[in-house]
Amino acid sequence: MEILATIWFVLIVVLWMGYLFLDGFDLGVGMMMPFLSRSERGKRVLLNSIGPVWEGNEVWLITAAGAMFAAFPHWYASLFSALYIPLTICLLALIFRAVAIEYRGKGHSERWKTFWTWALAVGSAGTAFCIGAMLALTTIGLPLNDRGDMIGGAFAWMSWPALVGGLGGLGFSLAHGLIFLGLKTQGEARARSRRWAGRIMLPAAIPFLIWFASSITQRTWLVVPVLIAIVALIFAFVAVRAGAEKRAFILHGIYLIAGLTAVFAGVFPNVLPSTIDPANSLTIAAASSSDYTLNVMLIVTIVILPIIIAYQIFSYRMFLGRIAETHIPEAHKLPVAIRS
Amino acid sequence: MELDPVLIGRWQFGITTVYHFWMVPLTLGLGMLVAVLQTFYHRTGNEVYLRSTKFFGKLFLINFIMGVATGLVQEFQFGMAWSEYSRFVGDVFGAPLALEALLAFFLESTFLGLWIFGWGRLPRAVHLGSLWLAVIGTWISAYFIIVANSWMQHPVGVEMVDGRPVMTDVWAVLGNNTAIAAFTHTIFGALAVGGSFLLGISWYHLYHRRKAGIDTVDADGKVIVGSSEELPGRDKTDHAVWIKSLRIGAIVGVLAFAGVSITGDVQAKLMFDQQPMKMASAEAACHDGTQFSVLTIADPSSNDCDGVQNIFEIPGLLSFLANGDFDTPVHGVTTLLPEYQERYGTHIPDDPRYGDHAGEPIDYQPIMIVTYWGFRMMIGFGALAAGVCVIGLWLARKGTVPESKWLSRGFVLAITAPFLANSAGWIFTEMGRQPFVVAPNPAQLDGVYMYTQAALSPEVTPAMLLFSLISLTSVYGILMVVELRLITKYVKGGVASAMPELDQTNTKPTITDNGDDVLSFAY
Repeated sequence: MEILATIWFVLIVVLWMGYLFLDGFDLGVGMMMPFLSRSERGKRVLLNSIGPVWEGNEVWLITAAGAMFAAFPHWYASLFSALYIPLTICLLALIFRAVAIEYRGKGHSERWKTFWTWALAVGSAGTAFCIGAMLALTTIGLPLNDRGDMIGGAFAWMSWPALVGGLGGLGFSLAHGLIFLGLKTQGEARARSRRWAGRIMLPAAIPFLIWFASSITQRTWLVVPVLIAIVALIFAFVAVRAGAEKRAFILHGIYLIAGLTAVFAGVFPNVLPSTIDPANSLTIAAASSSDYTLNVMLIVTIVILPIIIAYQIFSYRMFLGRIAETHIPEAHKLPVAIRS
Repeated sequence: MELDPVLIGRWQFGITTVYHFWMVPLTLGLGMLVAVLQTFYHRTGNEVYLRSTKFFGKLFLINFIMGVATGLVQEFQFGMAWSEYSRFVGDVFGAPLALEALLAFFLESTFLGLWIFGWGRLPRAVHLGSLWLAVIGTWISAYFIIVANSWMQHPVGVEMVDGRPVMTDVWAVLGNNTAIAAFTHTIFGALAVGGSFLLGISWYHLYHRRKAGIDTVDADGKVIVGSSEELPGRDKTDHAVWIKSLRIGAIVGVLAFAGVSITGDVQAKLMFDQQPMKMASAEAACHDGTQFSVLTIADPSSNDCDGVQNIFEIPGLLSFLANGDFDTPVHGVTTLLPEYQERYGTHIPDDPRYGDHAGEPIDYQPIMIVTYWGFRMMIGFGALAAGVCVIGLWLARKGTVPESKWLSRGFVLAITAPFLANSAGWIFTEMGRQPFVVAPNPAQLDGVYMYTQAALSPEVTPAMLLFSLISLTSVYGILMVVELRLITKYVKGGVASAMPELDQTNTKPTITDNGDDVLSFAY
C-alpha cells in the first residue's frame, strides 16, 4: 500500500520538477518580453526561442495536476479547492500567456502587439508566482479541518510561505529564462540576457532558498540536498559569468531539483499538512487512490514516459541552434482578397 | 435571497464547458481534414492541396490555442469547485484525465509544434507524420475525456469501499459501451463541424471571386475560371482550392451526418436503458406509450407533466428510437418517478455533507424544456447542416457558386449549425443527468451514484464562485471576439494570408537579405 503511494508521490514530485525546469524558462522568457529588447525583431527573437516547445512544456503542468487527481484525489481536491482564488488567477494568467504567444504575431498594429506583449509578460509572471506559491503551501501547510477542507475564508491561504513560494517561483523562472536565452539566442539578446542573468540570479534565488532550507527543520539530513542546491546555484552563477551557458542551464536545473527534493522529502509522508491540527494533515496513505488504480497508472507511466521524453528530446533537437535577429522573417501585412 | 452555491457552480461549469466545446469539435474535425489535405499534397504534389493545407491549417491553429487555453480550466475546476465530487470519484475518474495528459496532450502539443515550425525544415514525410500524430493526439484526448464523462452517465468497473467507488476493472471503464457510443458520436459531430467550416468558407471565396468579376459562367452555367492581378492570390489555382475544399467539406459533412445518425441511434437506445428518466424528459413523455412529438407546448415555467400537450406526433417513432420496433411502449415520467423514489429515496439524506440541501425533496425529473428542446435542436441543427451540404454540392456542381449575396451569407451562417447541434446535444445529456452528478447504474452496481448537491467544495462560498464565474466569463467573451475577428481577417486574406509568397500585389520580397537561414515560419 504505502510503497505504491510513495512511488506515486515521487512521480508527482518529478512531474512538478519537469514542469518548473521546462516551462520555467518559457515563463521567464515571457516575463522578459517587454524589457530585454526594444525592437520588434528583438522581441520576436525571444518569442521564437520558445515558440516550438512551450506547449509541450506546459503539458507537464496538466500531467502533474491530472496525476495528482488520479493518484491522490484527496490531495488534489483539498489543495485545489483551498487555493480557489489564486488558482482562478493562475488559470487566467495561463490563458493569456497561451493566447498571447499564438496571437501576438497574427495582428499588425502597434496596439495589438503591445497588448499581447504585456499579456504574455503578466500571464507568465502570474503563472510562475501562483505555481510557486501553491507548491510552497502544499509543503508548509494550510489551515485544514478534519475533513480536509481549508477553513477561514477565501484568503486563508495568504501567509508567508505563499509569498515566499510565489516570489521564489517568479525569481527562479526569471533567472531560468535568462539563462535559457543565453543558450538559445545569438547577438544582442544573448549578451543582454547573460548580463541580466549574472545580476539577478542570486538575489532571485533567495526566496526559494528560504523555502528549501525550511525542510531542514523536518529532517536534519536534508541539509545535504539543500547544500547541493546551494553549490549548484553558485556554480551556475560562475558558469553564467564565464559564459558557459549550457553548463549554467544544467546547474540551474540541478539547483531546482535538489531543492525540491529537500522540501518534498521534508513534508513526506504528508502531502498537505494542516496548520491547525497535525491530525488533520493529509498523508500519502490517506490521500491516495486504491492500489489497483495506482498500479494501472504506474504501468502506463512506465511505458509511456520514456517515449514522451524521447520525442520531446527529438523535438528539441529539431530546433537546435541559436536564434538571431537575422533568422526572423519579415513580418508581412495580411493581404486582403475580399474587400467588403 | 441567498445565492445557491450549487447553482452558481453549475452555471460556471456549464459556461466554461460549452465554451470549451466550441473550440474542441473544430480542432477535432478541421485537424483531421487538414491532415487529409496535406496527405493529398504529399501523394500528388498538387499545389492546390498545399494551399488548402496552409490556409485551413492557419485557421486550425488560431482555434486550437483557444481550446488548449480553456481546457486547462476544465482540469482544474473539478478540484477547485467540486472537491467533494473529486474525492468521491477520484479513484476511477482521475485516471482517464491523467491518461489523457500522458497519452494525448504530450503527443498533440509536441508534434503540433514540430508541424508549425517544421515547414521546409523537417523531411516532408516526417512533417506530414507530425501533423497526423498531433491529430491522433486530439482524438485520443477526446476518447479519454469521454470515458471520464461516460462514467458519470453510466458508472462501471468499480465496487464500493468505505462509501467510495474504487476501480476494480480498468478495461470495463475504458470499454464502457456508453463511452464508445458517445466517442464515435462526438467524432462524427466534430467532422460535421469541420465539413461545414470548409464548405462555408470556400463558398464565401467562390462568391467573392465571382463578385469581383474574376470567375464568370458560360451559357450553360459552367464556370470560366479567371485570374486577377489586383487581388492577392487570386490566380486560377485559387479557384481550384476553393471548389475542391467546398466539395470535400460538403461530402464530409453529409457522411458525418450519416455517422452521427447511426451512432446517435445506438447511443439513444443505450440511454433509454441506462437513464430512462433522461430520455423520457427528452421526449416530454409523461405517460407510458407517448409518441415522438415534433412540437409540444406547455407552460415553460412549470416542470409539470399535466400541462404538456403534444401538437404533432409521429406514431411509432419513439418506440423505434428506444427499442428498435414500433409498438413497445416507452415508459413515461409518471411511471419512472415512483421507481426512482423507491430506489433512491424521496429526500436528500440528512447528512452534513449536503449542506443546506440536506433533507430537501429530490426532483428526479430533469428540466423538461431543456431536455426536450436540447434533443430536438441537436437533431434539427445537425440535419440542417447536412441539408446545407447537399444543397451546396448541387448548387456548386458546375464549378462555382451562384452570384448571390444572400446565398453566400446563408452558407457562412450555416457554419454555426453543427456547432449549435454539438452544444445542444451536450447540454441535453448533461442537464438530463440531473439531479445526479454520477447517475446510478442499477443493473450492474449497487449504490454508486452521487447527487450534484453533494459534489461542491464545502468551504467554497458563493462569492468565490461568482468571482471565478464573472472573471472567466468576461475573459472568455473578450477572447471569443478576438478569435472570431482574427479568423475573419485571415479568411478575408485568402490563401495569401497563410502563404505570403502568393501575394503578387506585395512588391517587397518576403524573404529579405539572409538567404537560407531565415525561418520559414516564426511567431
